[in-house]
Amino acid sequence: MSVRREEERRRSIFTRRALLLGGGQAALFGFLGSRLYRLQVVEGERYAMLAEENRISARLIPPPRGRVLDRNGAVLAGNQLNWRALLVAEQTQDVGATLETFSRIVPLTEQERARIEREVRRRRRFVPVAVREFLSWEEMARIEVNAPDLPGILIDVGTTRHYPEAEHLAHIVGYVAPPAERDMDGDPLLELPGIRVGRAGIEKYHDQVLRGRGGAVQLEVNAVGRVIRELDRREGVPGQDVQISVDTGLQKAIREKIGEGTSVVVLDARSGEVLAMASQPSFDPNLFNAGISAQQWREWTRNRATPLINKATNGLYAPGSTFKMIVGLAALEARVATPGDRVFCPGHMDLGDTRFHCWQRRGHGNLDLRGALKHSCDVYFYEMAKRVGIDRIAAMANRFGLGVDLEIELPGAKRGLVPTRAWRQAQGKPWNLGDTVVHGIGQGFYQLTPLQLATMTARLATGRAVQPHLTRSIGGRPVRGGRAEDWPALGIPERDLRLVREGMWAVVNEEGGTARSSRLPAQFGVMAGKTGSVQVRRVSREQRERGFKVESLPREWRPHALFVAYAPYDNPLYACSVVVEHGMSGAGAAAPLARDVLVETFTRLRTAPAPAGSRVAEVQGPPRP
Amino acid sequence: MSEVFERRLLTRDRGGTLLRKSWRIPWSFVLLLCALAAVGYVALYSAGGGAPEPYAAKHALRFAFGLVLMLSVALVDIRLIARLAWVAYAGGLALLVLVLLHGNVGKGAQRWIDIGPLQLQPSELMKILLVLALAAWFHRASWKRVGNPLFLIPPALLVLAPMGLILKQPNLGTALITGMVGAAVFFAAGVRLWKFALVLGAAGVAAPIAYEHLHDYQRARITTFLDPESDPLGAGYNIIQSKIALGSGGIWGKGFLQGTQGHLNFLPEKQTDFIFTMLAEEFGLVGALSVLGLLLLVVGFCYLVALRCRHQFGRLLAVGLGTNFFLYVFVNVAMVTGSIPVGGVPLPLISHGGSAMLTTMLGFGLLLSVFVHRDAEFGPVRD
Repeated sequence: MSVRREEERRRSIFTRRALLLGGGQAALFGFLGSRLYRLQVVEGERYAMLAEENRISARLIPPPRGRVLDRNGAVLAGNQLNWRALLVAEQTQDVGATLETFSRIVPLTEQERARIEREVRRRRRFVPVAVREFLSWEEMARIEVNAPDLPGILIDVGTTRHYPEAEHLAHIVGYVAPPAERDMDGDPLLELPGIRVGRAGIEKYHDQVLRGRGGAVQLEVNAVGRVIRELDRREGVPGQDVQISVDTGLQKAIREKIGEGTSVVVLDARSGEVLAMASQPSFDPNLFNAGISAQQWREWTRNRATPLINKATNGLYAPGSTFKMIVGLAALEARVATPGDRVFCPGHMDLGDTRFHCWQRRGHGNLDLRGALKHSCDVYFYEMAKRVGIDRIAAMANRFGLGVDLEIELPGAKRGLVPTRAWRQAQGKPWNLGDTVVHGIGQGFYQLTPLQLATMTARLATGRAVQPHLTRSIGGRPVRGGRAEDWPALGIPERDLRLVREGMWAVVNEEGGTARSSRLPAQFGVMAGKTGSVQVRRVSREQRERGFKVESLPREWRPHALFVAYAPYDNPLYACSVVVEHGMSGAGAAAPLARDVLVETFTRLRTAPAPAGSRVAEVQGPPRP
Repeated sequence: MSEVFERRLLTRDRGGTLLRKSWRIPWSFVLLLCALAAVGYVALYSAGGGAPEPYAAKHALRFAFGLVLMLSVALVDIRLIARLAWVAYAGGLALLVLVLLHGNVGKGAQRWIDIGPLQLQPSELMKILLVLALAAWFHRASWKRVGNPLFLIPPALLVLAPMGLILKQPNLGTALITGMVGAAVFFAAGVRLWKFALVLGAAGVAAPIAYEHLHDYQRARITTFLDPESDPLGAGYNIIQSKIALGSGGIWGKGFLQGTQGHLNFLPEKQTDFIFTMLAEEFGLVGALSVLGLLLLVVGFCYLVALRCRHQFGRLLAVGLGTNFFLYVFVNVAMVTGSIPVGGVPLPLISHGGSAMLTTMLGFGLLLSVFVHRDAEFGPVRD
């Protein structure tokens, strides 16, 4: 009986406890269910996204970079195939042995081998590692022939920027380099290995246009990153070609004529297109492709002839006598002189205690503006500057593009300096009348670029605010600024301009003109121009009196030689400026060069008929004899 | 006298023929197990990249073998099983010692021994043998006797001995599960709750000391559990990828063979520990809850057997086996959902693995034997 009761009791306890235990376990099942609900429903979307992120790897397809073409369509910057050898570690039994064999065919340095082995270790075994880039045909052939002994090696082709004209257009076209941190503008393309961005010149200015937009491919990858299949592909937009106005043949011909320290700018006088822009010495932009060596960089930056600097846009010079047209126009406009006003030149002008010399110590006698330009008389312009004042000269200079940003498509081009009274006072210095006098002949604080001088000349020739520019078309669509009518008139009376032009005509074409010997051969028409020589170092009176000769100076102290010109006189097509550093005299060194440059320009470009309606009608016939 | 009585009862009840016994086997439960094994086949087919090889076909074969084993054991008289309990327990302990001496090392632990084509993990087997031994110890004890602390010392040692050997392998997870299974039997036998509290308190004090003696990988599991994102490429990777797979399955799943996490190998050990994740990714919350429901039915059946059994031995055995099965399922699913630290616990009937299948089916064989012999007479209760 007690046994049965005991059994009953045991059973009831067991039943209670079993139900408790079972109930607890069922509750824990409920917990699992709620956990699943939370993961799969509440947070499901987040995890679905994470799963997609796991699975899908988006890769960018770099678009081909647009080319830079010259005005005739010749390629100035293009893309060249870059053959390279890659190593896929999983396709070879022994990476070391493969590299050993490879270096017997194409020698590898110790550093190269160390880099390759490091990359192989770091990356997954199916990811190719670059063994050697820029393979020559011969190297490639040798690798192909030995392919059976080179397991894991494969040859692949990428692209690299190529500049066929090398140093001839380096200053204009510029160069590319791998992007630096500061280049990162949010374009994911820039994070691709092997991508290049423009670092100078047109390559930099039109970088966005040339770069294009990257395409993207979505790949399904597995846990170790191996590609399973392509899910989606979005093609990119290739970079657009940029055509510039430079004539490569002319550019090369000019570069062959000039020496170190010389810069030449040739503009289409009516449109402002830059036809040639040369600066010696130059550099080979192709060297930037594989990365410049520290030694090469030092060599370029320490070179006193500054090969990396485009002197045509970044070289700063006082304009000297080439500035005299501006002073003359300022005087006429201010009505401080009439065209017929004459100034007597005794060979010097005294201002207080100071004597300002004319270059012609004997004096020029009585001269009007035309004669003063022809003979480049300093005293006439001392007098005119004194009458008109520095600020009105500066205002006139600015209208001719001097001391202003010309917005040429070459990043970093200098704006230069045309001093004013306010500018001097901002420096805490007074502006003296003597300063004005000196600036009347283009000496003093002026800092102008050869491009600005050429622009000034084009504006003198056309009477319009011609803007120099390089871009002709982008992606085949022409850009604005191809015709003279595109530019607004300068607002200077034609009568004044004609007077100045006549003076420039006389410089070259009249007996006694300073550049008489640099006339164009008859078949090329008539050139008008102006010489200039700029002291690099002040010459003291004692030196002069001791019969000082500039030829005795060391080269770096000799004066610069300048010449600005346009042609033909009656229908200006081309304007040019020439600056020969330490060339002694404008008439001796710069003018003959300008003549040769213009002859070359006519020969190469005149054959093509000028587009209809491009003639500048305002220019009048030949001057009075 | 009672001795004689017992022997007489045994003799009388043995009268059921094998045929009559098999009539009493709950075939609906067998069908339930077949359904779960089929789920396992489907999951392993997917884990094998959409092919019966290398996992699914083997799984089916093992299940078939397990089924035969289970049905055979089901027909063995439960009293014979009770009498063999001690021998079996001793054998299990011997195997545990053997695995320490000659076992194969996996993941830094000695866990299995090769028996012909079979890799046996004695720790899995031991949990069933422990339940058997504990049931044998408690089945004739009166409630008063169970209340005597001295009476509880030998069964406590029965639990601690295998736990210690399993910890030595070292396999923290299985050792803890073994302890919990033992505790469940103690609880069902009627041990007072304050005694559990006492033991838990002691364990709480001992835990920090034990942590000092844990292997680095075990500590890493615990710290990774506390903050999985702290080491996304190392130990936390498995948990994170498993959660991503589960979560991305959503309500309806990505479809059979369409699970990206599983098929692109983001999911680790998808044929064993993470098979449930694989299912949940491809069949969604609906599929996962269905499988969970089937597994809950199995646990529920164990309790049903326990409640319908008329002898304490069978009751305790059924509760112990049910708890053991439940712990397998709970630990595995909690592990893949990132609820508890990762430990090599497979999902019974579904994961790939011969040893687990064998022990699971052996356990169900014992359970069925309890059911078949639920009215068997044991000796009277002793004080």
